[in-house]
This record gives sequence, C-alpha cells and structure tokens, in this order.
Amino acid sequence: MSASALFDLPGPKARMRYRLYAVIGTLLIAGAIAFVIYKFIDAGQFDGELWAWIEYEKIQTDLLAALGKTLTAFAASAVLSLLFGAIFAAGRLSDHAIFRVPSMIIVELFRAIPAVIMMFMFHYGIQLGDPFNSVVAALTLYNGSVLAEVFRAGILSLPRGQSEAAYAVGMRKTQVMVLVLLPQALRAMLPAIISQLVVVLKDTALGFLITYEELLYYARNLGGVAQFGRPLIPVTIVVAAMYITMCLLLAWLANYLSKRERKSKKHISTDDGPLPNKPVIMDSTANPAPSL
Amino acid sequence: MNVLLDNSQYFVNGFLNTIKLFLISGVLCLILGTILAMMRVSPVPIFRAFGTAYVTIVRNTPLTLVFFFFAFAFPLLDIVGELREYYFFAAVTALTFYTSAFVCEVVRAGINTVPLGQIEASRALGLTFGQALSSVVLPQATRSVVPPMVSTMVALLKNTTIAAGFSVAEAGAIRDILSERGYSAMIGLLWVALFFIILVIPMTLLQRSLEKRWSVAR
Amino acid sequence: MRVRTLAVGLLVGGLALTGCGKSGSPGDAGSPPPQQDVATDVKVDGSPTFDRIKGRGKVIIGVKEDQPGLGFKDPTTGKYSGFDIEIANLVAAKLGFKPEQIEYKAVASAGREAAIANGNVDYYVGTYTINDKRKEQIAFAGPYFTAGQDLLVRKDNTDITGPETLKGKKVCSVTGSTPIQKVRNDKLTDQIVELQTYSQCVTQLDQKQIDAVTTDDAILKGYAAQEKDKFKVVGKTFSKEPYGIGLPKTDKAFKDKVTSILQTALDDGTWQKTYDNTLGKSGSPATKPTLDKS
Repeated sequence: MSASALFDLPGPKARMRYRLYAVIGTLLIAGAIAFVIYKFIDAGQFDGELWAWIEYEKIQTDLLAALGKTLTAFAASAVLSLLFGAIFAAGRLSDHAIFRVPSMIIVELFRAIPAVIMMFMFHYGIQLGDPFNSVVAALTLYNGSVLAEVFRAGILSLPRGQSEAAYAVGMRKTQVMVLVLLPQALRAMLPAIISQLVVVLKDTALGFLITYEELLYYARNLGGVAQFGRPLIPVTIVVAAMYITMCLLLAWLANYLSKRERKSKKHISTDDGPLPNKPVIMDSTANPAPSL
Repeated sequence: MNVLLDNSQYFVNGFLNTIKLFLISGVLCLILGTILAMMRVSPVPIFRAFGTAYVTIVRNTPLTLVFFFFAFAFPLLDIVGELREYYFFAAVTALTFYTSAFVCEVVRAGINTVPLGQIEASRALGLTFGQALSSVVLPQATRSVVPPMVSTMVALLKNTTIAAGFSVAEAGAIRDILSERGYSAMIGLLWVALFFIILVIPMTLLQRSLEKRWSVAR
Repeated sequence: MRVRTLAVGLLVGGLALTGCGKSGSPGDAGSPPPQQDVATDVKVDGSPTFDRIKGRGKVIIGVKEDQPGLGFKDPTTGKYSGFDIEIANLVAAKLGFKPEQIEYKAVASAGREAAIANGNVDYYVGTYTINDKRKEQIAFAGPYFTAGQDLLVRKDNTDITGPETLKGKKVCSVTGSTPIQKVRNDKLTDQIVELQTYSQCVTQLDQKQIDAVTTDDAILKGYAAQEKDKFKVVGKTFSKEPYGIGLPKTDKAFKDKVTSILQTALDDGTWQKTYDNTLGKSGSPATKPTLDKS
C-alpha cells in the first residue's frame, strides 16, 4: 500500500526511466546469478557423478530418517516451549512478586544466553547423554522464554474492557486469565507464535554442533564421502531446499490461520475492536520474531 | 574463579573475536539490509521481486546451513582467492548474508509506519523516489526502526557463537580449549554465558527505553 | 494454494525418486574381505560378558562409522568395512558367532567409555588409544595396532616432510582432540584449523584451504588408501598411539580370551592379511604390535 504511495504513477518519461532501470537491474541480477551458476559448473558441481548419490535407495531412506530426527526434535521443542512460555507468561503477569520476579529473571536470562552456549552446557557440562535431550532442552528454554514474552505482550494488548468485564461478572483472576484473556491473546499472537516456531525448526540445525544426527549432520557426512566426489554443494542445495520448504509450509500455515481468523471474527463479533491496539501488537511481535 | 583466571587469555581472545565478528558483520548487514529494503519498496518490479525472493529464501534457511555453505562449499567456487583468515571471512559473510534479510524487514516495517501524508507531501513538492526516501521517509522511520533493530543486533551477537563450529576461535569455542586443557567445561560455559548476559542486557534495556520513549512521542 | 501445489510436487518427486532407487555401491567394491572360520563350542568360563552375548544370541560391537579404511559405513549400502571392523569380526568369529549374528553400533569418540560401561556394546573396536585415564573406567585388550601422529598432505606437496616443517602452514584436526593439543603445545604452527570431523579436514585439504591434516597415521592411511591419487601420508610419526579393544573393566576372563584370539591372529598371519586388505592399500607397511598380557 505505502509502497505505491512512495512514488507517483509514472508518467511517460518516468516509465521510460523505470524501464531502463528494469533492464539494467535484470541484467545485473541475471548476470550475478549466471556468474554463480557458471562458477558451479566450472567447479564441476553440476556434473552427473556429484549428483549420483541421490539415486541410491539407502541414501534416500537415510536422508528421510535424518529429516525425521529434525522433525522429532522440532516437535518436542515446539510443544515444550509453548508450555514453558505459557507458564512463565502467567508467572510474569502474576500479582505475587514471588512468582513475578523469578519468572522475569528466568525469561530475561534465557533470552540473553545464546542457544549454542546452552546446548554446550547441557551436552558437555551437565551431560544429558543423548544429544537429542540437550537440543530439546536448549531450544525449549530459549524459545520458551521468547514465547513467554509473546504471550505476555498478547495478553497486555487486549482491551482492558475484556478483563474488567470478566471481573465484573465475578470471575476470579485465574478464570479471567484462562477463560477470557488467554484464548484471545493466543489468537492475536498466532502469527508471532508460528514465526517463533519457524525459529525452533531452523534452530534444530544447531544440533549439528553437538553431534545430533539431524538433517545437516547427515548432509555433512554425505558431503564428505569420497566415492561420490565429496558432493558438498549438491548436498547443501538439496538440504537447503528441504529446510526452506518446511519453513515455508509453516509460514503458509500461519497465513492461512490468520486469514481464517479474520474471516471468522467477522461472523462472531463485529465491534470487538482490538484494532486501536494493533500497532502495539505489531511492535512487540516484531521484536522477538527476527531473533536467531 | 580459577577457570577464568587461569585461562583469561583465551576468554579475552574469544570475546575479542566475538566482538570483532559482531561489529564487522553488524555494519555490513545494516548497509546491505537497507539497500535490500529500498529495493523492496522501489518502483522497479524486478528489484522488488529480487528483494522479496532474497528475504523469503534467507529467512527460511537455518543460519547453521548458511555457515556450512560459506565455510565448506563456497571455497569450491573459487570466487575469492586464498585468504589467511578464510574461516573468519566465511563467518562474517554468513552472518551478513543471513542478518541483512532481517534488517531489511525491520527497515521496511519502519518505512510503513511513516504517515502517508508525509510521503504525499514530499511527492507534492516534487521530490523523486530516492529523495523522498532518503530525506523524508528514512529519517522518520528511524524512530520505529531502532528498537527492533537493537533486537536484531542482539540476535546477531548471540548468533556469532555458531562460528565456533566452523573454526573461528570466538567465545563459543572457549569450551573446546578449556576441555583440552583439562578444566571443567561447565564452569567455563557459565562464565561465557555470564559475559553474554552482561553484553546483551544493556542492549535490551536500551531497546526497551527507546521503545517506550518513542512510542509515547508518536 | 501455490504452496500446496509445491508440497504435492515435492512429495510426488520424492516418491518418484524412491521408486527408481538404486541399491548397491558405486565403483569397485574391492576384493571381498577374508572370511573368518567361525569357531564352534567356545567356552569362556566365568565371563558375564560372554554369557550375556550367548544369552542374546548375537554380539553387539561398538565401532566408528566415518573413518574409511578403519571403521566406515558405506552410505549406499549401510555395510561396514575397514581394519577395525575386520578385527572386530575376527574376534566375533573366534568367539563362535557367525557374521549374521553381529550387530554394529556406531559410537562417537566422546561416548565410548559410557557405552562400554553401560553394556550398550559388548566390546569396542575403533581407533581407541590405550591410556591410563581410560583404564580407570574400562579394560583394554591389545594393542592390536600401534598408530602414531602423522600428517596427511596432498600428493603433489613436497615441502612438508615432518612436524618441524609445519611452520606457517595451515594444519587441520578435530576440535578438542589429542593431536591438536600436541600441535598447540609444541607450537608446530600458529595456523590451526579446528573442524568437527576428520572427513571435513580432508575435504578442506582437497579444496586447498589447508596444507595438512594431522592425527593418527592409521586414520590418515585410511583416507590415503581411499584416494591414492590425491593424498599421501608423510610417514614420520611423532607420537605413539597403541590401539586396543575396549572391554568391560571387571571381566578378566573375557579380556584373556580376546587377548589370546589376537595373539593367534598375529601368529598365524591373519593379522597381516587383514592389514594388507585394508590399511595396507595406502602403500605403507605396518609393524606387528606386541600384546600386553598383564
């Protein structure tokens, strides 16, 4: 919308100029891509033998097994960090300082420590055994803390009338939270939550650093196999495509859900109006989302 | 305490490298990210398409994979010559490549918060797209850009630790040296974590206060 | 909608790929490994480990899976091969187990003691250097091979002839490993590249990003044997790494049995044949180790 507000509808002269830019731009970008592809070919990375590995049944099944391990770690960390986030968001919103202060400290701490360092701590320090445990523990603590902030922002962004009305009908704090605020906040925060889940999915690749046998780990092993001529680049391309597809599917799910959400809202209530708060929502979600 | 004192040179070296990585790739990705954001809002469709494609692809790729590519696969292409510090170069490239997609989105979101009237007024004055963007929109966008940008930079700082897996001796690699030298990995890691907290918390506080002050002013 | 099409497309593509999947291994498989005669009626009195294996009906051996020539799992077939694997098979055969009764379990270096102590594996064969620190947790039979730290360089390299010629060269080894410690402590070079696996180091060597890979010569010979036209081992070892078979600490009877199996193999030429068939292909000879019978 504002993209078009940034410039006028081009007149004949401007159109010519834009066309010129477009031609130059296309040439530049196409040139850059062509150069990279040429380099790939020059380095022999598109030679048949470097791609031969993909035909072997054993490699296909092993690749899928590695993908399965990535997805298992993702699923476990996603569920646990949602739980962690809900609990600590509730803690941070508690009326009692005994809950509020420790929750705040924990959330702030785990957001400040790099996930890699946490993974190292669990794996090499505390020695949780199977790398899977360390991957899930680190991702849960980190993303759970971020999600706690997302949930909290979501609840705070709801119109005060919601909680006031709930108290007015005689609900207790817990009831207000669980029955009134949380469901609405979850809905409002769905895009942010899903984009954080994309982060979880991407971060499972960190497991590679502590020998969790996920997709990237398998890719590394395969990329070093001499009998296929060390197909590093082909393997990277295939694995990148797999990750990008998975993340796009998740993002698509987020879009789909929020679209459905907007539609269904029109049906149920028209004057609910958390709209004035919308910018606040956008701000607070814009912060955690791009992390890592 | 001994773990820290006996190995102070490794800690100092590690964190110096971390900060070097952070500063270099921070500056580079601010530049590249802003250019990408301008492409994403530009009137020329091909630039918009390129910006969108870049952001979509990069944001959905794990940073570890980006590192993997630049550290191990990229040299095969023989684009850069032999470098003494190749792995450091690879780490900077990977971090810049990845983070600039996020910077781009932050800047673009900032541009979108500038009131339409401002843009229309600058157009009415006859400013071109470039002029409008650089002297009217971007300065005003700064206000809504800075707080999320600080978060992006915090993320970048934490992400530098991944370089430890790719032969860059930064803070994430301190553990390896300690365990080689027979010190407790856990205590060393706790110190590393503490230093990160010390580095990150002020940035987070800065971001909060800027957010509060500027959101009131608006 | 677009995304759904993409997903379906990928799925179909994936299925199509699986449909035309090849099995077997590319290139020459080499000569088949020597078949070991399976002993019959083996008894190891007073060995809980042996009883456990007998009760299970199969033997579980801990191995490495990423070291060609020593312990390597072929990614296309899932089959294991190498010198360590052959030694492991030999021991299993002499304990009375047929090849189909053997199960391999890949255990990375860091998890070896735990795997043996917890009984996850019956014994471990995989570039396992005998040292006193490890002896506190497990027992060793052997050494069945004496390795030493050496250097792997590209075939055309002439200026690296030993550890003292490394000054100013980029040397790669695995993060936190003993070889890298040695390079650092002896100040052999100031340009150390630390990666996670030896395969990565070798890849970097192939790409000319580094000048040498350093670790036990056995491991390096494995890579050299795999690609004779690309790499060579310098052949000047500067440490001694006796490789042993990792065994449960308290099972003396089992240890004696394994030691006697190794002694027989050394005496009757089986050991030499095994070496020639695997690491020997790199072109470097090996000297027989002397077993520690304490």
